[in-house]
Amino acid sequence: MAVSTPAPVDLSAALMLDPASAVEWLVVLPVAWCLAVGALLVMLRRWSGLQPAIALASLTVLVLIDVALLDHVARNGPTTMVMGRWLPPFGIAFTVDLTGALFALVAALVALAAGIFSLADINDSGRRYGFYPLLMLLMAGVSGAFLTGDIFNLYVWFEVLLISSFGLLVLGSERGQIDGTVKYGFLNLVATTLFLVATGFLYAVFGTLNMADIARKADDLRVNAPLMTLVGLYVLAFGMKAAAFPLNFWLPASYHTPRVVVSALFAGLLTKVGIYALIRVTVMLFPIEREELSFVLALVGALTMMVGVLGALAQTDFRRILGYLVVSGIGSMLAGIAIGGPGGIGGAIFYALHSMLVMTGLYFASGIAMRLGADSSIATLAGLYRKHAGFAALTLMLCFAVSGLPPFSGFWPKVMLVKAAIDIGAWWLAAALLLVGFFTMIATGRLFLLAYWRDSAIPQAADGPARLSAAALGPLAALTLLALALGLYPEPLLAMIQSAAAGLAEPSAYLNSVFPAGGPQ
Amino acid sequence: MKSIIFRTVAPFLAGLMMLFSIFVLLRGHNEPGGGFIGGLIAVSALAIYGIAHGVETVRRAIFFHPMAIAGAGLFAATVAGLVSIFARVPFMTGLWIYPSVLGVEVPLSTVMLFDTGVYLVVVGAISSIALSLEERGGA
Amino acid sequence: METWFSLLVTFFFTVAIYLLLSKSIIRVLLGVAILGNAVNLLIFTGGRLTRDVPPVIAEGADVLSGPAANALPQALILTAIVISFSFFAFLLVLAWRAYEDLATDNTDEMRVAEPVNEPAPPLGY
Repeated sequence: MAVSTPAPVDLSAALMLDPASAVEWLVVLPVAWCLAVGALLVMLRRWSGLQPAIALASLTVLVLIDVALLDHVARNGPTTMVMGRWLPPFGIAFTVDLTGALFALVAALVALAAGIFSLADINDSGRRYGFYPLLMLLMAGVSGAFLTGDIFNLYVWFEVLLISSFGLLVLGSERGQIDGTVKYGFLNLVATTLFLVATGFLYAVFGTLNMADIARKADDLRVNAPLMTLVGLYVLAFGMKAAAFPLNFWLPASYHTPRVVVSALFAGLLTKVGIYALIRVTVMLFPIEREELSFVLALVGALTMMVGVLGALAQTDFRRILGYLVVSGIGSMLAGIAIGGPGGIGGAIFYALHSMLVMTGLYFASGIAMRLGADSSIATLAGLYRKHAGFAALTLMLCFAVSGLPPFSGFWPKVMLVKAAIDIGAWWLAAALLLVGFFTMIATGRLFLLAYWRDSAIPQAADGPARLSAAALGPLAALTLLALALGLYPEPLLAMIQSAAAGLAEPSAYLNSVFPAGGPQ
Repeated sequence: MKSIIFRTVAPFLAGLMMLFSIFVLLRGHNEPGGGFIGGLIAVSALAIYGIAHGVETVRRAIFFHPMAIAGAGLFAATVAGLVSIFARVPFMTGLWIYPSVLGVEVPLSTVMLFDTGVYLVVVGAISSIALSLEERGGA
Repeated sequence: METWFSLLVTFFFTVAIYLLLSKSIIRVLLGVAILGNAVNLLIFTGGRLTRDVPPVIAEGADVLSGPAANALPQALILTAIVISFSFFAFLLVLAWRAYEDLATDNTDEMRVAEPVNEPAPPLGY
């Protein structure tokens, strides 16, 4: 490090003078890696044959990085790296705790599955248009949102993932896609602008943007500052991103229009980023305001669940049914945030992770079903079971998982949420959760009966058994088995989620990681 | 564009603006300027050239596809952040070297690499949008 | 000073929301542009206004000599401007495409993705 003049002022008050250790790099590596590979793929846009190989290899590396990060955080607690040696709160901090690491790892798994599925779904023109670079940039945005410890930086990652999602949505430029993108684009832009408004207010009140700094200053400011207004704005902005009722209408209007693999990615990643941000802000930064807002959140959660599942019951299009089921799942997570405590927050986190895996898998299934049956409406789709019994079995397992039946991953978060709701005496919320599970079973059961079990009305020559490529069936099977494994043996994940929820409720380890030994006041 | 005056002046004007954009980029470290504003000036140069001589001419003149330029810029900016891994300092720390070229000390830094990356991202991304809009407008 | 700026921000938000509520895509687009500027002004005002004292360290000194203008909001605003600018450019192209492909700029008539009279799902099996 060449410094031209000897420093006459005490740098230790502003700069980190210790050398950065190698493990700290794990914190920024997921983002930097995705950005670098994405940029490389943009440059290599002519070599469309090479793109999938590079993208899959680097997504595998991303999964490995996230596994190493989760392992490190689980052993040593939250880890921080500050950009450009500036000490927090001056520098932009990347702080990862168990919650962020868990979300980042599952997101990377979903992206890898989508990358493999894209081999069967994205043709050469899609590759030339830039599916793989956009996928990598989307992952940079998603990982950045999960790992950052700075609220303005969170906004920047939201925008990175939003602009890549725009590009992915219009991939193909069909009329329906343009229509869906208009609604998705404008409403999400308004949501992120609301997020920015809230952040501007927050800066005006707190004079800092570092999350750890906000968390420790909130107690002193609570007397005078309009923190309820702030949190209300954040809930509105993140609720819109997460598609909470009554701001959910952009999701079912757009998620069924793009390529199947893009729908699957969005269902797995985007709304969950909103939920993650909501958990981070309401649970860790402003716990008392969350308590105040808990009834509103519970009401919104219950209505979101109900609207989602009733919408799913009313639809005929396979992917639109799934779009409404995504909304319904968001309602359960909101209910968990509203309940609070280790059970509620842990349940919300578990539900989010489960929903990332299962909804992505169901969208894969819808893509395969559309290919086998040459239609997406369950009014005409029929006889899929005869065409491919293994595929039908996988879909059925995912349908059970999304309805919250044992022995699949949806069962445990439902149990946690219902138990937590009963524990705080919110009987109506517990009843809503169970009722929605029942309705989801009817919706997915109807889907399965009509599209898979029913024989085609008009027997066709093509009704015999069909073959599916490994690229299409592999990711679906992997996600389904993961859902099954988490249902049968949830203990390790449950233990991690419980300590993640405890770390959010009592963020002293997080604060210590950002401000060792108290830090500057 | 039909005007002969405009068509004659445009190449010189575009060249001058390009030069000015690089000047603004390099001056940006300590004074007003920088990669973003420099990139916008460069895009305006390309847009003017495109209005005068057609989008195809511009595409041939910049040789690379605009998105490839943007990708190269993003890559340069990321690499500028990653260089600090070798100096054992955190991500995005500014590192300087002072090589002497013909007896003149030239300060080079990762900060400058980052700013050049921003410049290229802006040139690539915005000119891609501007050129496609110009194509539609002309059609 | 802050009062006047707050009123200006309010005015910007009012105009932006009025335009966003319109059915015509092009007005919504203008609303988005104004909304972005409203937020930028909001951040600028939120960072407190200090006039005539730029946060520049004088030649030969190591620290600022006294209270100076807050430099951080400008960094935030620059980021936000860049982002809202690129979004505006994208949405402009998108609106154009929508007008060409869907032959309308009225959002009520954009029903390609969600058709109006869909057949009801089969009731029995």
